[in-house]
Amino acid sequence: MRLEARVHEKNLVKWAADKPEVIVFSADLTNSTEIGLFKETYPDRFYSFGMTEQNMMSAAGGMAREGFTPFVHTFAVFMYRRALDQIEMSIAYPNLKVRIFGFLPGITTPGGASHQAINDIGILRTVPNMTILETGDATEVESVLDVAQSIDGPVYVRQLRGQIPRLFKEPMKLGKSRVLSKGDDLVLLTSGIMTEEALKVIPVLKKRGVSIEHLHISTHKPFTDDNILNAIEKARYGVITMENHTVIGGLGSSVSELMSEKGLGKRLVRIGLKDTYAHGGSKEYLMKYYEIDAMSLVKSIEDLIGQKLNITEQDFIEPQIDEIEQLVKSEDL
Amino acid sequence: MDIDSVKKIANGIRRRVLEFTIRNGGGYLSQACSSAEIFATLYAELMNIGPSMAPKIPPAFCGVPSKNNKSYFSGYLYNGPKEPHLDRFFLSPVHYALVLYAALVETGRMDAEGLEMFNRDGSTVEMIGADHSPGHELMSGSLGQTLSQVLGIAMARKRKGETGKNWVVMSDGEFMIGQTWEAVETLSFYNIDTVKVIIDANGQSADGKIGTVNQIEPLKQRLESFGAVAVEINGHDIQQLINAANTPHEGKPLFIIARTNSCQEIEILNKRAPKLHFIRINNEQEKSELQRFLQEKFGGVNP
Repeated sequence: MRLEARVHEKNLVKWAADKPEVIVFSADLTNSTEIGLFKETYPDRFYSFGMTEQNMMSAAGGMAREGFTPFVHTFAVFMYRRALDQIEMSIAYPNLKVRIFGFLPGITTPGGASHQAINDIGILRTVPNMTILETGDATEVESVLDVAQSIDGPVYVRQLRGQIPRLFKEPMKLGKSRVLSKGDDLVLLTSGIMTEEALKVIPVLKKRGVSIEHLHISTHKPFTDDNILNAIEKARYGVITMENHTVIGGLGSSVSELMSEKGLGKRLVRIGLKDTYAHGGSKEYLMKYYEIDAMSLVKSIEDLIGQKLNITEQDFIEPQIDEIEQLVKSEDL
Repeated sequence: MDIDSVKKIANGIRRRVLEFTIRNGGGYLSQACSSAEIFATLYAELMNIGPSMAPKIPPAFCGVPSKNNKSYFSGYLYNGPKEPHLDRFFLSPVHYALVLYAALVETGRMDAEGLEMFNRDGSTVEMIGADHSPGHELMSGSLGQTLSQVLGIAMARKRKGETGKNWVVMSDGEFMIGQTWEAVETLSFYNIDTVKVIIDANGQSADGKIGTVNQIEPLKQRLESFGAVAVEINGHDIQQLINAANTPHEGKPLFIIARTNSCQEIEILNKRAPKLHFIRINNEQEKSELQRFLQEKFGGVNP
C-alpha cells in the first residue's frame, strides 16, 4: 500500500486548469486545506475571506448565482457548525452549485473536539438539496472533483488531506458503492478512513471462514444504491456499519433507515463514536480509545455470528490492493 | 422625476401598507413609515434598472428551488433584466416585503390587484419575502446574510467586467450581527465600490428601541473604521437621499445611514412607541382609529 502526500493540492491545480468557472474560497487555512498551490498558480481565481466563515458561505452563494462554482475550503467544523444557517439559506435553499470541502473528518486530527467533524454527515443529511460525498483514498480525493462538479446543486465533500493511501484504481462514481469482497454471512459497510482500517482484518476473517460482503460507501446522500439493499437482503447474520462519525445520523443511520423502510428485520451493529465528542490525540490512539478500530470490528463480528475468532493485532495485514482491484474489475464486467 | 412626484410615491406606499395593516389585523407598518422615501427614491430616481419582466399579477407558489423544479420563479424579474450595465436591487430585512410590494405597485411594476394576494395561502406575495416574492432576488429572512451574498455577486460581476451597481436596503438592527461586519470588512478588503447600501436607521428592532437591546452606535464611525464610506442623512428628505447616493466612494463600499422615524406621516403610531416592530390591531377601537386616520390623511383606501 502506497501513501501519497498532498494529493488534493496537486490534483486541484491540474483539474481546474481548463475550468475558469472554478473559484477557490479560503478562510485563513490555505495551506492546511491544501489550496496554497492553487493560490500560487491561479491568484486571480483565489479569494481569501479570513476567519469569516458565515460571510464566506453566503458570498459563495452570491458568486454561484452569477455562474461561477465556488470551491469553499476550510475545516468542516467551521462550516457545518459555525455557518449552518448560511449554508442552508444562502446555498442549499436556492440549490446553488457550491462545492463545500470540509477537512478533518472525525478523529483524523489531534486538534480535539473543536476541530473534529464528528456529526457533519448527520447534520448535512437533513439539509434539503444537499449531496454528500466522502473520500477514502487518494483516487477518491482526486475523482471526487468530477463527481461533485457533475451535480446541479450544492455538494459537501468530506475530504482527506496529508498522507493518504491509494487503495483504488477506479474513479469514484456517484451513488455507487465499491464491492471490496463478496460473501453472505454478513454485510460490512465502511466509509472514509474506516475502509482502510477494515481492510487490515478482512482477509484474516475470511481465512477463519467468515464470509463477508464488504462495501465501501462514498455517496452518503442520495443513499440509493441497489447494491447495498441486495447485499443486506442476503446477509445471514446481519449488518455492520463502520464510520469515522457519531453513530447517530451518519452511515449507520442511513443503513438503519433503509433496512426498516424495506422491512429487512436483521441485526445492525453500528461502529462509530457512540454519542460522544472525542479529544486530541493520534488517529491510532483515538480509534482504539473510541473502539472504532479493526479490533472493534472483529469483536462486533464475533458478537454477530456468536463465535470467538481468536484474532489478535499481530494477525492484521496491510490492506491488499491487488485483491481489491481484481474484484472491482470483475464487478465492472 | 421631480421631488414632489417621488414624495407622492412614498406616501402611496404608506397608504397601501396602512390599508393592508388594517385589513389583516396587523402588519409591518412602522417599516413603511420609516423607509417609504428610501424605496420611492431608489425605484423612481436612483436605480438604473430596466422594465419589469414579470407578470403584473404575481404567479402562485410553484415549489422551492431544487434540481427537479423546472417551474421555479424568481421575484427579481420585477426589477428588470440582469444586464452587465444595469443595477441590481437586494432587500435585506425582508420583513419589509409589503413596503417593497407597495413600491412596485406605486412604480407600475406590479398591479394593485397582485397585492390582494398578500399573505394568502399558496401565494408568493408572502409576509416575510422569499426569493420568489415580487422584487426579491435572495433568501434573506435570516437577517444579516444579504450583504455577504451581495459581496459574492459583486465579486462575480467584477470578474465578468460588469459595470452595474448593486443596491442593498438594510435595517440598522442588522448592524448588531457579526456577519454584517464580516461582510463590511471584506467589501473594503477587496475595494468593492459597486455596492451601495441604504440603511433604514429607524432605531427600532423587534424588542423595541435598539439602544435598549444592544449597542450599534456610533454607526457612521464604526463603518468608516471598517474601511467603508459612510454618510448620515435625514432619510425622509428625498434630495438628501439623492445627494448621498452620489457621494464619491472609489475603491470602497458606500453606506448611507438614513436616519428615519418609525411613525413618519402616520403620527397616530407615536403612542405605541417603543413597541413598533409589528403593529397589531387588538380591538375594534384601534381598528376604527386607524381607518379614520387613513380617511383623513390619505383620503381612504387606494382607488
